[in-house]
Amino acid sequence: MQGQSNHETKRIGLTCQGLSVWRNGTRVVRDLSFEIGCGQTLMIAGPNGSGKTSILRALAGFLACDGDIGFNAAPLAATHMHYVGHQSGLKQHLSVIENLQFMAAILAGARPNGVAEAMDIWGVVRLAHSAVGELSAGQLRRSAMARLTVVARPIWLLDEPFTALDQAGRDILSAQVAAHCSAGGVVVASSHEPLPFADQHLNLGVV
Amino acid sequence: MLLYHIMKQDIVLAWRQGNISLVLAFLMIAVTLVPFGIGPELDLLRRLAPGLMWVILVLAVLLSLDRLFQSDVEDGHFDQLLLGSLSLEGLAMAKILAHFCAIILPLALALPIAGALLNIAPAALPILVMAVIAAGPALCALGAVGAALSVSVQRAGLLTALVVMPLFVPVLIFGASVTHQALADMTVNWWALAALLLVSVAAFLLSPLAIAAALRVLLR
Repeated sequence: MQGQSNHETKRIGLTCQGLSVWRNGTRVVRDLSFEIGCGQTLMIAGPNGSGKTSILRALAGFLACDGDIGFNAAPLAATHMHYVGHQSGLKQHLSVIENLQFMAAILAGARPNGVAEAMDIWGVVRLAHSAVGELSAGQLRRSAMARLTVVARPIWLLDEPFTALDQAGRDILSAQVAAHCSAGGVVVASSHEPLPFADQHLNLGVV
Repeated sequence: MLLYHIMKQDIVLAWRQGNISLVLAFLMIAVTLVPFGIGPELDLLRRLAPGLMWVILVLAVLLSLDRLFQSDVEDGHFDQLLLGSLSLEGLAMAKILAHFCAIILPLALALPIAGALLNIAPAALPILVMAVIAAGPALCALGAVGAALSVSVQRAGLLTALVVMPLFVPVLIFGASVTHQALADMTVNWWALAALLLVSVAAFLLSPLAIAAALRVLLR
């Protein structure tokens, strides 16, 4: 369980020492350590049930874990992170634009005009006033991802980001990740298929 | 400001998901059925009305509490709230206030119509509305504790009711005594009303701590 670096890490970014994660009383991740420099992307691979989602949720603070997690040599805070998981986090009965405006308000630090720009970038302008409950899986995914662009945060935690996205959607995501990394951001993504933007790989192997 | 955004969203959702109309419909159906059950004795109905009114109100609130936190947890919305800068206690407070505005206020406004169907004297209705508004924060706050405790249980409706019912007893006692005196001689029982308000303030201030603790269990 060692992270292998393809590039030299430039600046200290997200560091994780001796991470153990529990779910329902069983330990799903044992003593994991990795380091991701600023501007880099870590891809977590592994079979179903190997703990990919658990690692991401533990980093986000949604699951109890042991170990030292730091960002730029300080403790990691909730306000550093974006999390996009299997559940969209969007409210079915609200429209896409209402959902994103709410996200902009609660996540704080939204870019001026961020909602309109994000909908444009992610190609959901046409859906702005449709209720989220009426969207297709891919449209839902794009709308959920749009919050990455609405509010700037240094760490993106993406759980199988390519799921349900079409090729155009994948291209948008890759471009956004590239822009995020060139601005010094960190991305941790789990995936079953190779991600074009991954700098480091972490393979959780067999269960 | 954050509180305001969460409240606004919850109120809009309560309207669009039909929670408000569901609760109002329940109130109207219940008060329509009661006279059929009791029979054509206006005097008996008048005597039973205050107690029935409170029981129906409490049941209506319980009906609306069911998925207060569960729906947020299921669609991942709760995760996003955790990534915001608002504490769980603040979140709980926003939810309680929103529930009060979205459920209790419409119920209180519909009370005069429901009261007419139960043969409550029109002069007593303003006092009744006042009592319900005074009791509202307590009903919402204590109900939210129940909803938070049963958040990880599937189809928790009945469980929430079991947890919450005993907590509602003081509210029912003081509420009924305000109503009884109002119907007896059209005066306000200020002591009982003050007690209702006190229970409401205490519940509103203390229950966010319990709700936050219950929700933290989800993070284990």
